[in-house]
Amino acid sequence: MDRAAATPPVSLDTINPKVLKCQYAVRGAIVSHAQRLQQELQTSQGSLPFDEILYCNIGNPQSLGQQPITFFREVLALCDHPALLGKSNIDALFSKDAIGRAQKILNLIPGRATGAYSHSQGIKGLRDAIAVGIAIRDGFPANADDIFLTDGASPGVHMMMQLLIRSENDGILCPIPQYPLYSASIALHGGSLVPYYLDEATGWGLEISDVKKQLEDARSKGITVRALVVINPGNPTGQVLAEENQKKIVEFCNNEGLVLLADEVYQENVYVDDKKFNSFKKIARSMGYGEEDLSLVSFQSISKGYHGECGKRGGYMEVTGFSAEVREQFYKVASVNLCSNISGQIIASLVMNPPKVGDESYKSFIAEKNGILSSLARRAKALEDAFNGLEGVTCNKAEGAMYLFPRLHLPQKAIDAAKAVNEAPDALYARRLLDATGIVVVPGSGFGQVPGTWHVRCTILPQEDKIPAIISRLKAFHEAFMDEFRD
Amino acid sequence: MSPKPLDYESLNENVKKVAYAVRGELYLRASELQKEGKKIIFTNVGNPHALGQKPLTFPRQVIALCQAPFLLDDPYVGILFPADAIARAKHYLSLTSGGLGAYSDSRGLPGIRKEVAEFIERRDGYPSDPELIYLTDGASKGVMQILNTVIRNEKDGILVPVPQYPLYSAAISLYGGSLVPYYLEEEANWGLDINHIRQSVAAARMKGITVRAMVIINPGNPTGQCLSEASLNELLKFCFQENLVLLADEVYQQNIYQDERPFISARKILLDMGPPMSKEVQLVSFHTVSKGYWGECGQRGGYFEMTNISAKTVDEIYKVASVSLSPNVPGQIFMGLMVNPPKPGDISYLRFVAESKAILESLKRRAHIMTDGFNSCRNVVCNFTEGAMYSFPQIRLPPKAIEAAKSVGKAPDVFYCLKLLEATGISTVPGSGFGQKEGVFHLRTTILPAEEDMPAIMTSFKKFNDEFMEQYEDYRGYSRM
Repeated sequence: MDRAAATPPVSLDTINPKVLKCQYAVRGAIVSHAQRLQQELQTSQGSLPFDEILYCNIGNPQSLGQQPITFFREVLALCDHPALLGKSNIDALFSKDAIGRAQKILNLIPGRATGAYSHSQGIKGLRDAIAVGIAIRDGFPANADDIFLTDGASPGVHMMMQLLIRSENDGILCPIPQYPLYSASIALHGGSLVPYYLDEATGWGLEISDVKKQLEDARSKGITVRALVVINPGNPTGQVLAEENQKKIVEFCNNEGLVLLADEVYQENVYVDDKKFNSFKKIARSMGYGEEDLSLVSFQSISKGYHGECGKRGGYMEVTGFSAEVREQFYKVASVNLCSNISGQIIASLVMNPPKVGDESYKSFIAEKNGILSSLARRAKALEDAFNGLEGVTCNKAEGAMYLFPRLHLPQKAIDAAKAVNEAPDALYARRLLDATGIVVVPGSGFGQVPGTWHVRCTILPQEDKIPAIISRLKAFHEAFMDEFRD
Repeated sequence: MSPKPLDYESLNENVKKVAYAVRGELYLRASELQKEGKKIIFTNVGNPHALGQKPLTFPRQVIALCQAPFLLDDPYVGILFPADAIARAKHYLSLTSGGLGAYSDSRGLPGIRKEVAEFIERRDGYPSDPELIYLTDGASKGVMQILNTVIRNEKDGILVPVPQYPLYSAAISLYGGSLVPYYLEEEANWGLDINHIRQSVAAARMKGITVRAMVIINPGNPTGQCLSEASLNELLKFCFQENLVLLADEVYQQNIYQDERPFISARKILLDMGPPMSKEVQLVSFHTVSKGYWGECGQRGGYFEMTNISAKTVDEIYKVASVSLSPNVPGQIFMGLMVNPPKPGDISYLRFVAESKAILESLKRRAHIMTDGFNSCRNVVCNFTEGAMYSFPQIRLPPKAIEAAKSVGKAPDVFYCLKLLEATGISTVPGSGFGQKEGVFHLRTTILPAEEDMPAIMTSFKKFNDEFMEQYEDYRGYSRM
């Protein structure tokens, strides 16, 4: 068989260069290293100075022991296996309102068939419920036709990048530090990331004048800036935006002709009394900005909040202020994948329309919800204090979301040691921390940071009873690290 | 008022080029008519449960227990669920790290990927590596990921069968590549002719296109043909000679309605060939829980298996998968159940087999009813649906009908399908949505409407078609003789 020697069609030299460019640190090198250590733990007991790997790299609450909301799982089980609804002893296993809600949801699904592809934006009745939930939350109406249910919030973000980015001359303004889905997605779609820096000294504040400067700078280089990404509450930074700030952002987008991409997946995770989550839609409408004034895409997810249903892959984007022609294109792109998974769609509708006062499940639901949220607030505080107690470490408060992003003022010796092995200093710190304690955090370079500053991102998700041990191991490691590298 | 930041003009051009007829014009019109109260029979998409097919019992029992693990502790659980479903739920929960609500490994749960590998080994007789199997939210996501990895720019061409399932043309448009068509031969039962394919490749290369990959859909969609061993052999040799990666869409492998050409995987044929080909030809194979006799479209469960792709490249594919965190866990469990169903001796085995058999045998009968029904219509010729879920009759439109279509600005088959929809409520997809030879028209319908409704549907179609032909023909029509 004759065949000229050739580079295989799928090889590093021949694949899409945008794939090579794309990076995603949350499941990057440190995690591969952790997985190797985990293997080692399983095969050779006692070979490492710790007996478990603690994955604090990723916002994955149920993998660290958080329990799902009982009512949600009751409803899902009944929707997945509706034959149960006909059984006489079903009341022994399921609460009455879960049974009622499952029936209601099934009646919204054509043929009660949860195994069928739905409408490409998601089941209409579930979108209606979500629209009602949004209206109750904001005090302004929402439209089911503006909602696209997706397999998690991430596919929605990808869709927007696909629609917005024509070439590397199209830029997207992103906060630094940012959740690296944005940088990865922009790279994958061949666009340019236009950074705007959050100010660590003022609790990760956002100064519109800074954003404007970055915008103008990009424009002067020939970049057409298409959109502004705002993550509120912030990831990895955890700040909750003040209303005044949000108003300035809305005005800015309107003046500069930018699409506002509002990542609001942590809207239920707010731990401070002096701040409140306000959706950008609510802020815009309260300013009198309507569909003609602001093009806004708001992202929500079932993965975060108090429900933490990461593995189900559910979420939605609410799309307002676009022409009918553009909306058709949104629909068309969504239709190529047919629809998002039905289980995730159902949970999205439950999250936006949970049990109410008077419902049979309300008391237990609210106890579970408040239990999780108050525990998250306590863990946020405990870990924040612990980081602040370490030599050379300063840590802003986590006002919301699920992360702490402490700054490491590393001694020069440590920085030099990192350079010598061609590693970022925060990556060296994270690796040493993992090797000594089994704790997995993500180096700040994965999120972007002001050059010359170093951070790590650590989740607040290990169960509360594990936190003291984590803190003491962290302390011991850090002291030893500083002893080794102190100037 | 300033232009909107995202208007039609400033949209990504590649997005504008995308067409996906399966949920396009006909479907949208059908949905409108449904809202107005007309009874619509949706045969536009392979969506069995939407047309009354019941889910298999065992997987739903297992998944319900996995969704609500607190049930497993309840004393009543043994009354409502069989012991093997309970055991299987415990098994899958033990494979997760935190139940259904936790992101899994970005490639899918290792335990389920192992089950898929074992299934592939049983099916093909060759071991399969779980590390090279990635679970995805439906096979479509996997196809899109692989095409995005292969396509660098518009000079990269992908060989795609015509007619094809328009996910391929849509994805190629979206990622800015070039579609290089190879025509299936309708008169030869939708067979492929390797010489014609060679010509297509040569023509593309003359235009400066680097042909990178070849897509095969086996069993075919919309055409239903099942590839013979000889054909697969020929194709793989061709890929070896031309240095192409073979993308084998095998999502309909359970849907086989004849005995002459059972399903054989591309991987088996490749490995049968031995070195050097078995070690060099690159292959990606796709499967799903949406088709077969499972029809669990709404779960969005699928996988792709990579053969002969280097570790470094696999790492890049993993990296991109990790950006989306993980495929949905319930869909992964459905995949595990599909590749590892109840066995003889299991409590649920007999019921599972009875349910599966009933669905497959009914599909086979419906394949015949539809093919015969279409062939009894004036100016309609229809190849038999050997596999998959569709019928793709050729509609020989009289010149007057083609003119009438042109005069209202519609493609002739779109015109016919719209009239069919309005007269009968049957919602199909015009053949132009899949690609066809110039001047030859088809429509795609599924074989999924309930068996008891089939005779009435075919009668209704025949009545419409024969009246349409009467209306638009010259006094002497085409003869099928």
